Amino acid sequence: MLIQEQSREGRRASSQAPLQQVGQLSIPARFRRRSQPALPEVSEMQVVRHYTRLSQKNFSIDTHFYPLGSCTMKYNPRGCNTLAMLPGFLGRHPEAPENHSQGFLACMHDLQESLKEITGMRAVCLSPAAGSQGEFAGVAMIRAYHDARGDTARSEILVPDAAHGTNPASAVMCGYKVREIPTGPEGDIDVDALRQALGPQTAGIMLTNPSTLGVFDRCIGEIAGLVHEAGGLLYYDGANLNAILGKVRPGDMGFDVIHINLHKTFSTPHGGGGPGAGPVGVSARLEPYLPVPMVQKEGDSYRWLTEQDRPDSIGRLSAFAGNAGILLRAFVYARMLGRDGMARVAEYSTLNANYMLKKLQKAGFEAAYPNRRATHEFIITLRREARALGVNTMDYAKRLLDYGFHAPTTYFPLLVPECLLIEPTESEDKDTLDAFIEALITIEEEAESDPELVKGAPHTLPVKRLDDVRAARELDLAWKPGAE
Amino acid sequence: MSNLPTELKYAKSHEWARDEGDGTITVGITDHAQDQLGDLVFVDLPEEGDSVDAGTDCAVVESVKAASDIYTPASGEIVAVNTALADSPELVNASAFGDGWLFKVKMSDPSELDNLLDADGYQAVAAAEEH
Repeated sequence: MLIQEQSREGRRASSQAPLQQVGQLSIPARFRRRSQPALPEVSEMQVVRHYTRLSQKNFSIDTHFYPLGSCTMKYNPRGCNTLAMLPGFLGRHPEAPENHSQGFLACMHDLQESLKEITGMRAVCLSPAAGSQGEFAGVAMIRAYHDARGDTARSEILVPDAAHGTNPASAVMCGYKVREIPTGPEGDIDVDALRQALGPQTAGIMLTNPSTLGVFDRCIGEIAGLVHEAGGLLYYDGANLNAILGKVRPGDMGFDVIHINLHKTFSTPHGGGGPGAGPVGVSARLEPYLPVPMVQKEGDSYRWLTEQDRPDSIGRLSAFAGNAGILLRAFVYARMLGRDGMARVAEYSTLNANYMLKKLQKAGFEAAYPNRRATHEFIITLRREARALGVNTMDYAKRLLDYGFHAPTTYFPLLVPECLLIEPTESEDKDTLDAFIEALITIEEEAESDPELVKGAPHTLPVKRLDDVRAARELDLAWKPGAE
Repeated sequence: MSNLPTELKYAKSHEWARDEGDGTITVGITDHAQDQLGDLVFVDLPEEGDSVDAGTDCAVVESVKAASDIYTPASGEIVAVNTALADSPELVNASAFGDGWLFKVKMSDPSELDNLLDADGYQAVAAAEEH
């Protein structure tokens, strides 16, 4: 039941809302609304119960194993929340003068420096408010670089066919044409195809390494050389940074620009789709174009760098400086882990993924890249099950919910048919990994003995199998007054 | 794929083209393509009068699984689009080679059709993908 449907005229939370109309007279008449907003009239307790019930119906990292590949759903340490919510941070107004914000600015500067060190980039700006905005900023900087050199014939961005869909979208947003580069049989980029695609029209290439196929591209050195030789720049999509944290640095691989998903690798909460943080890091040649604001340390104090300091900047991406609360959580996370902890993240997330991959292979599941070691995630394909049993990957995913597991990423990357992209992260213990593997084995047995059971899943949840086709064809997104 | 119409020409990217004999072709996606995509929920078609180049994307079909670009098999001008698909994208699933056609192109270079596959050639391409 929607909260609007619980509404009854005149019901209110009188201890929360003042009875008298206040403050209205100071608003000029032409800006005042003429009708009452269609808000639900409910009591405070109704609101609490409604949203508590909704949250209980959800799967979350706090309640369930959540191996959603390429999303890095790791534990969000409570200490990060506690420190980010210190009154000095919570109460700080974004317009507060710099001399009242030195603590906050010091944290942001420290985070900039940590991210530079972790990624091997020359400079970092924290302000992009999501991975997608980081991508946009990154490609906009590539464009600014070529334009500043009068190199305006570069019209193409190369994107491997395994890429996240956001990569081609970001390139198009910045006015580029996208050319797709195929993947070889072992999951590396097809270097010969890349060689043929490169030319004076190449502005750059966007790569995720490790790729969405759950393998590290072994040709990255050669790729970087070829792209630079052709006059293009290399963009690193930081979605899979968790696998190489403290081990390998994108800057050392030859990348010119990177975005980092703090809400993945640095463990800020993102189960509800945000808020995110997508800081960008760049090599020396892109440094002048970084977005503003950034934080600079001068002597013992800190200040914002703005358009006045950085005239070649691509500009501002959001109000103020991105999602401050998320940046603070990432800062605390980075300081809690320290340099050694970073490397442990990479080691345990990779160990967990490889352990699961081997056990699932032993149980008869087909790995998409059986000759490769997994990174922090891996792909199994259920194409044999889909053909032989008529039970497909979506059915397995729905049945996993019945067993108390959030499903892995399904049907992505598109290159692998009937795939599950599984990312356990470093947070989970062996018992949880084993229980998930056992559930998949059980579902495999059910698919053979009672396929309808799996095809009809989920059976135990408040919402059963949804008609996703009808939901997409007959969009019903907004509540309207008077509608039932 | 036993019922692949032999009078049509096919692109590796899973479009079919029917030569209408008057300098125009009708374009759609194959039954194999619609089967791989699953139930379509949205079809984005070009505008009548658009000029298109062979092999470039000029339409999008979207299912609950994926969105796919559609490449025109021949260059020319869009002279008709299947407006019924706006309300009934499922026509493509039900009748990929018939009522689910996408658009018609007045060809600027009919010899481009020679670059396309015949039914046997396409069958081999689709089978190789399924292995």
